[in-house]
Amino acid sequence: MKLLGWFRSVLAKLFHAPEIADETDEELRSHIALRADDLERTGLDRAEAERRARIEFGGYGRFKEECHEALGGNFLETFLSDLRFSVRVLRKSPGFTVTAVLTLALAIGANAVVFSVMDALILHPQYAPSADTLYGLQHGSDNGFQSYPDYVDLRDRNRSFDGLAAFTVTEAGLDSGGNPSSAWVYEASGNYFDVLRIRPYLGRVFHGSDEHGPNSAPYIVLTYGYWHSHFHGDRSVVGRVVQVNRHPFTILGVTPPDFHGTLLFFNPDFFVPIVNHGQLDAEYDLNTRGVHWIFESLGHLKPGVTPAQATADLDTIGAYLKKAYPKEEGNVTYTLARPTLYGDYLGRPVEAFLAGLMLLAVLILLASCANLGSLFAARAADRSREVALRLALGSSRRRILRGLFTEAVLISLAGGATGLLGSVVLLRGLSTWRPFPEVPIHVPVNPDANVYLVALLLTLASGFLFGAVPVRQVLHTNPYEVVKSGSAGRAGRRLTLRDLLLVAQIAICAVLVTSSMVAVRGLVRSLRGNYGFDLRNILIMDTDLSMAGYRGDNVAAMQKHMIDAVAAIPGVERVGLADNVPLGSGTNESIVFTGSATDLRPLQAAANAIQYKVSPGYFRAAGTALLAGRSFTWHDDKNSPRVAVVNEEFARKIFGSVAKAVGGYYKMQDGTRVEVVGVAEDGKYESLTESQWPAMFLPILQLPSSSTFLVVRSKRDPQSLTAAIRRAMRALDPALPVIIQTRYQRMDFALFGPRIATVALGILGLLAAVLAITGIFGMAAYLVSRRLRELGIRMALGAQRKEVLQAALGRAFKLLAIGSVAGLVLGLLATRVLGYIVYQATPRDPLVLAGVVLVMLLLGLVATWIPAQRALSVDPLILLREE
Amino acid sequence: MADQAQLLPGTLDLLILKAASLGPLHGYGILLRIGQISDQALLIEQGALYPALFRLVRQGLLKASWGVSENNRRAKYYELTAAGRKRFREETEGWNRLATAMASALAAEPEEI
Repeated sequence: MKLLGWFRSVLAKLFHAPEIADETDEELRSHIALRADDLERTGLDRAEAERRARIEFGGYGRFKEECHEALGGNFLETFLSDLRFSVRVLRKSPGFTVTAVLTLALAIGANAVVFSVMDALILHPQYAPSADTLYGLQHGSDNGFQSYPDYVDLRDRNRSFDGLAAFTVTEAGLDSGGNPSSAWVYEASGNYFDVLRIRPYLGRVFHGSDEHGPNSAPYIVLTYGYWHSHFHGDRSVVGRVVQVNRHPFTILGVTPPDFHGTLLFFNPDFFVPIVNHGQLDAEYDLNTRGVHWIFESLGHLKPGVTPAQATADLDTIGAYLKKAYPKEEGNVTYTLARPTLYGDYLGRPVEAFLAGLMLLAVLILLASCANLGSLFAARAADRSREVALRLALGSSRRRILRGLFTEAVLISLAGGATGLLGSVVLLRGLSTWRPFPEVPIHVPVNPDANVYLVALLLTLASGFLFGAVPVRQVLHTNPYEVVKSGSAGRAGRRLTLRDLLLVAQIAICAVLVTSSMVAVRGLVRSLRGNYGFDLRNILIMDTDLSMAGYRGDNVAAMQKHMIDAVAAIPGVERVGLADNVPLGSGTNESIVFTGSATDLRPLQAAANAIQYKVSPGYFRAAGTALLAGRSFTWHDDKNSPRVAVVNEEFARKIFGSVAKAVGGYYKMQDGTRVEVVGVAEDGKYESLTESQWPAMFLPILQLPSSSTFLVVRSKRDPQSLTAAIRRAMRALDPALPVIIQTRYQRMDFALFGPRIATVALGILGLLAAVLAITGIFGMAAYLVSRRLRELGIRMALGAQRKEVLQAALGRAFKLLAIGSVAGLVLGLLATRVLGYIVYQATPRDPLVLAGVVLVMLLLGLVATWIPAQRALSVDPLILLREE
Repeated sequence: MADQAQLLPGTLDLLILKAASLGPLHGYGILLRIGQISDQALLIEQGALYPALFRLVRQGLLKASWGVSENNRRAKYYELTAAGRKRFREETEGWNRLATAMASALAAEPEEI
């Protein structure tokens, strides 16, 4: 009943606000008039009676406002008037307002960005209906990799999955009429779309019933994006025949716009039935059990089946396979994981990384709240006279606090909105960002309502958090004392929690500044390092001959033509050919055995070596030095004994020394004996920070590969040379898509990690710097405003500017120094960790040390500029008169 | 002035209810009535009456309606509601108990202990 009444009066107040104000006015006036009537009767004249009546009544405005409050529901009104007042106050101190808004914008923006990435990758990575029962298979060190026969056995024998699909990723050449281009393809099992419950956007998708053995299903299904970019959204493409790797394939249909394959980071261009694997990738045979080339298999668990039951089921099949095919199969135990980030392989690190980032972002927000809290405390101290005056004039403490909170929330909303806007721009950029133009890798983030909601909540929470800091100060204000004696206050000499917090912030900032500088220096150095091949004056041309339909002997012949054609270009010094280049994009590894080994099971392997298939002349073109023995010749072909050049590490590991290696033999997994004819210098193969791999170089003539990298050494300008190579290739075969890059560009993959680490450290360093600045600014401003009177007296007594500054800001600079030193030391220690990501990240670098000191000094200067100006501009006369 | 007692917190509401219980009154009338029934011993700041009146209306203890005063001015008249009457009875009893207890406590002589 009571609640209802209250509610009604609130509603009435909201909708009839002016009437009620009039009515209250009328009532109060009628009171005064009645009183005046009485007074008039005692003999006063009317005007005097009314004057007396008004005086007796008391503070008209205040009582009227109290009446409103008594009625309830005046929240909106007082809020609006608070709002107007706050805006006026904030506009008067733009420096403070801008600092506060920017700090919050950065903190909220950081949170919004991290949260939306987390939302997109982990919380809501849905792309298929009921994704919560969708699992990917992983086993042992191979993660998800399978051979096709194993997959078929798993698919047909398991009783846990509602269909088990598989796919692998390949690059293929697509020719839809005169424009050959390379595209990224999912070779998917026939049941892929049915298992994922994906319905076509246009036409149809392929099904298990389309598969009738190898190369029986020449169909492709386009993704929506590729259909738009390469077929201009033409609805008549369904049924059209296109050339994939020079084989005719019929376009069946188009997948829905929001389906981008099952890997979050990797968007394919189209889908091809996996049974047609032979036409897409000649390297691995569809029906060989020993080669694990299928990227991942996945499926929905049947209703009621738990992941534990499913793994037990899969393990039984694994045990059966091992028994049935002892030669090919080892011990296999399966686990299930989310397929979207390739199971635990990417999922675990991504989750850990994002959780760490989220924690960091929240800490940043908390720290900025603490800083803004001290800024607000400084302001509240500045305004203690105003507060005291308002209290003395009859304003309630609640009203004053509400005003302060309105200011805080206003600032936080402005900051939050700015931050959110910035983060949306950033995320838009991130979701269209393609780190490597030749590979469709992207980060699928689009901020949605969730993100906006979280940002709003964080904004409001932080507003109340830092708005609450000066509450005690206001509550304890004694108007009489303040008005009488001015806002005297001693600056505390004790080390407070706030000081410690500030030191911690400065230290963290110094750590980040140190490590980002170390990272930048390491990155610069890594472009000049020696990695077992030359970086300068080298162009890399990359293609796959299978994309233009070359097979068998044609491949080797074409490769020889290519080498000759490029070598004939004026200015080209040397040309080599390989199936892959070091620090390119990925490596092939294979296990090797000692020459005398008879047991060729994987467990008995002597080493796991990186393998390159190279042409004669490769070493000279690439700039890889031979330490002993010879390079390959055109006579090391299929008709001659198998030979290899190995690196130093390989020689040491298998043969004991470089000298013993030349002329020695080792065995490949298939039992072939290979003679070592030369030893090459060690190098970096997968990443700049890897520990030394053993590597072997095999003649491409003995082990043909359609994957083709031409290493071209020339002092010519890369651009004109690129055009010349492209012309030469088009003359050889117009249907062959090629990519030409400098050796440096080819390092993008290897440098991706260090670059990202450097950028991330830089951004974090920037955030930390902003935090440190607002922290120091807040504290310095607070100190100065608390001690303004003291400073004025000092100046009046003849203190010099230097002394005044020291008195005002000495403490801030002391904290800055402590924090910076602590941070520098910690930062130097932290760079050991950085050494795993960035090549040669060493802290013993005078440039880094000097840089950090300089940056921290600059930071201190920027942060204390405004308070210092204020301290210096103290006019003792005005100050002493005022207070 | 010296004869006037300071109002204890919370007593203003009770006084207003008492005044209104004697018949509908406008705000100024309530003020006069309180003065009259307390022999001018209880002084209320005139403006402070109104927030209290508004609060009582909101609590449903008083109801208000516009009318015309004896000297022909428009004024808002307050009277007790049923809930107000009940509350008035309870508060009066409570107050009397407290007053009696206080009086006897303060009147205690050494020999009575």
